[in-house]
Order: sequence, then C-alpha cells, then structure tokens
Amino acid sequence: MTAMIDIADAKKTFTMHLQGGIELPVVSGVTFHVNPGECVVLSGPSGAGKSSILKMIFGNYRCDSGRIGIRHRDTLIDLATAEPRQVLNVRRATIGYVSQFLRAVPRVATIDVVAEPLIVNGMARADAQARAGELLHRLNIPERLWQLPPATFSGGEQQRVNIARGFISDLPILLLDEPTASLDAANRAVVVALVAEKKRQGVAMVAIVHDEEIRHLIADRIVDVTSFAAAA
Amino acid sequence: MADQDMLENDQPLLVAESLSKSYGRIAACRDVSFSLYSGEVLAIVGESGSGKSTLLQLLSGQLAASGGHVSYRMRDGVTRDLATLGEAERRFLFRTDWGFVHQDPAQGLRMAVSAGANVGERLMAVGWNHYGRIRETASDWLGRVEIDVARIDDAPRTYSGGMRQRLQIARNLVTEPRLVFMDEPTGGLDVSVQARLLDLLRSLVAELNLAVIIVTHDLAVARLLSHRVMVMKGGRVIETGLTDQVLDDPREPYTQLLVSSILPP
Repeated sequence: MTAMIDIADAKKTFTMHLQGGIELPVVSGVTFHVNPGECVVLSGPSGAGKSSILKMIFGNYRCDSGRIGIRHRDTLIDLATAEPRQVLNVRRATIGYVSQFLRAVPRVATIDVVAEPLIVNGMARADAQARAGELLHRLNIPERLWQLPPATFSGGEQQRVNIARGFISDLPILLLDEPTASLDAANRAVVVALVAEKKRQGVAMVAIVHDEEIRHLIADRIVDVTSFAAAA
Repeated sequence: MADQDMLENDQPLLVAESLSKSYGRIAACRDVSFSLYSGEVLAIVGESGSGKSTLLQLLSGQLAASGGHVSYRMRDGVTRDLATLGEAERRFLFRTDWGFVHQDPAQGLRMAVSAGANVGERLMAVGWNHYGRIRETASDWLGRVEIDVARIDDAPRTYSGGMRQRLQIARNLVTEPRLVFMDEPTGGLDVSVQARLLDLLRSLVAELNLAVIIVTHDLAVARLLSHRVMVMKGGRVIETGLTDQVLDDPREPYTQLLVSSILPP
C-alpha cells in the first residue's frame, strides 16, 4: 500500500533571536508514515512536540532538515522543500487541518465559513451550503445560528464549527489537533463517527487526542512523540 | 480539476529581477527578485522607510529602477519588460489590466465628479460608449462594494472614508484587471470599517481570481488577505514565504520582532 504521508528524519528547532538567540530544539528524527484509511494518533506529554509535528505536516512550520512526503494527486511532494504555491495547492486539494481554535474572518456567516473549502474547490454555493448545513446539524449547531458569524459563539460551538469546516471536504489527508477538547459527550461521539466515516472513505489522518477513551476509539496506531525528543 | 492543474503549471504574471532603486547614496530598494502568479496575493510588510512603497512604485512602473527588470505577461500572452513599453502602452495597461488602490482615496478618485462617473470613466477609457450600459455596470459595481446605489450621483467628497475606499476599489475593478497594486488600503480607517473592507477585498479577490501586491505594515491584514509575504528591512527582502509560515514560524530576528510586537486584541 502506498502511504499518503511519509515522514523521514524531520527536525525542527526554534531560534529565539529576541532572547539572545537561544535554540529551542523541538523534535528530531521524526519518522513515520500514514496509509489511506488509517488514523495515527500522536502521543506524549504537553510540550513533546505533537502540535509542531502536525504543523510541519501542514507546511505551517518549516523543517530544518528531513522530508515531509505527501501524496498529492498521485505524485509525491516533499513539503519540507516545496514552493509556497505548491504548499497552497496541497492544502487546497490534499490536506485539511482542524486546529484547536477557529480563526474566522469577521462578518462571514457560520454556514459560509463551513462551506468555503468546498466553494474554493469549485462546488456551487448552494450545494456547498446544503452540505455545510447537514454537518452543522449533525454537530448540534442550531439553525438559528447559521447566518451569524461564529466570533460570538461559545468555545465549544466555535470548535464544532471548526470541525464542520475541517470535515466537509473530501480531502485525502486530515490533521486533527484536539478535535474533541471542549466538547460534551454527545458531540464527542459525533466526532468519533465522523472519523470512522473518513476512514471508510480511505482518508489518512493524524490526530492529537488527550482523552484516553476517544484515542482508543479512533486510533489504528499510536506514534510516541517522546522518541523524537530533540537532544538539547 | 483541469483549472487546478493549469494553476500548478502556468507562467508567472509578473517577474521582478534584481530590482534596485537608489537616491544618490541612499538605497531605497536593493536586489529584489520574485515571481507572482495569477490569483496570487503577495503582501509586502515592513515598517516605515523599509522600502516597501518604493518597491510598489517600481513594480507598477511609476518609478524607473536604478537596476534590474520587471516583466509582465500581457493579455495577449506575450511577456514584456515594463521598461520597454511606450508611455501610451503603459497608460493603457494601467487603465485596463492593472488597478492601483491608494491609501488615500483622494489620490485614486476624482473627488468632484459623481461616484457613477468615477467608475464609468475607467470603462470609457477602454472604449465603452453606451451611456445606459456604463451606468448599469457602475450601479452594479457600487452594489458589489456595498454602496447604496441611491448615492450614484453624489461626488465622493460627500462620502465617508470607508465609502470612498470602497468606491476606489470599484473604480479599479470595473475593467476586470488581472493585477491590482494596493498601498496600505486599510490605513487611516476605523477598525470596524477596516474589517468590513478587508472582508470585501478578500471575497472580491477570490471571486475575480485577482493577483494582488499589497503593501501594509499591518500583519493582521497580511494574514487575512495574502498567500505569500515578503518582509522588507532597509530596502532588502529579508524573509519570504507562505504567509502563515512566516508569521507563525518567523526566522529572521527582525521578523520575530515584528510578529512579537503585535498587541493581542
């Protein structure tokens, strides 16, 4: 089987120029792969570099060395060395990212925030909004809120909008950073069901989940990030 | 999907090669090179005096470079060096395929003539001569930039700052340019007016697949609008990359300083 994500010996260090140039090693020797239809959960204590690895796979953090191999439209692209345009194309067509916090544009209605990834990929607005509505409904966001911008929503509501936006597209790779962190049991169950559906569709996923029970429900494999602890 | 693949293989719209500009011994802009593609939004950030506005003037052919070249792929597909264009050709480019949004709308608008005429003028410059159609298109554009069509016959000097800026945008976009230069388009506006303008710009840019080069000192504007960012200091580009990469994982000391200087809301 061809892996969707194939990371080899990736390394990340922060150099803090404003603090006298101290070097903060984050991770090194990061090596793992993710197959289609598989959910790999990154484990390790806070500060071990789980989110940093997720950001490296999304091209949000740069790598000092190593390879971030991504299967994008049947070719293998190394995000560690890709041009910005290529990274944007990979994000549009291949990798989705559900962050912990929603970063939305002021004034844009919730339904459009959720529908946007589909519209960007060419779906008609009405169809995209219909699918956005289904997902918002599943995630228990009441319809009276759909036309409002999510900026004023509660933390849990914002996270569910974020999840809807992340799960709406048919992208072959999804990165999940604490997707259930501030959700109640009913909504956590919805997220678990959504992850299971994505697996059946062959989507490769990398997730960070602190909740033991959820982790047990969605993980096919666990990668222990402490083994990538960078030597200080 | 065909469009997307094209997007990955196409030719740049504008290419800058080793652009430099000096005033006597002062180098305002040194050795700037980059390529811009259709539909791509590039933000040039840096503090006052970093050379970003000079660079914008060089790129838009309003200022002659001391060194280097800017080439542009014209609508006929031929890439030309801007320095070799005649004055008439350059003006035509500016009226048709380019837009320029100034920080001060008074610089980009004719303040004493009606809003409708401000928009219609660009259409007449490209050969439109049917009054009814010009007025109809102008009304349509006022609507798109959220200006009440009832104000079409009023001059922009009777408009608020935010309305003037939106009118300037309508005037620039009515000829369906492929490239728009923007110099601090949200500078000097109230925060709430700014948010509305940014939101409008963002949707128009995506809808029209515009290439944009935007100069701003506001990193929040860069984050919201741009795909890529170039950080300038002392006339040089010191860091460049994907916008979220540069802002979330800044490498250069100066970029780290800029990013860490943002006050949380």
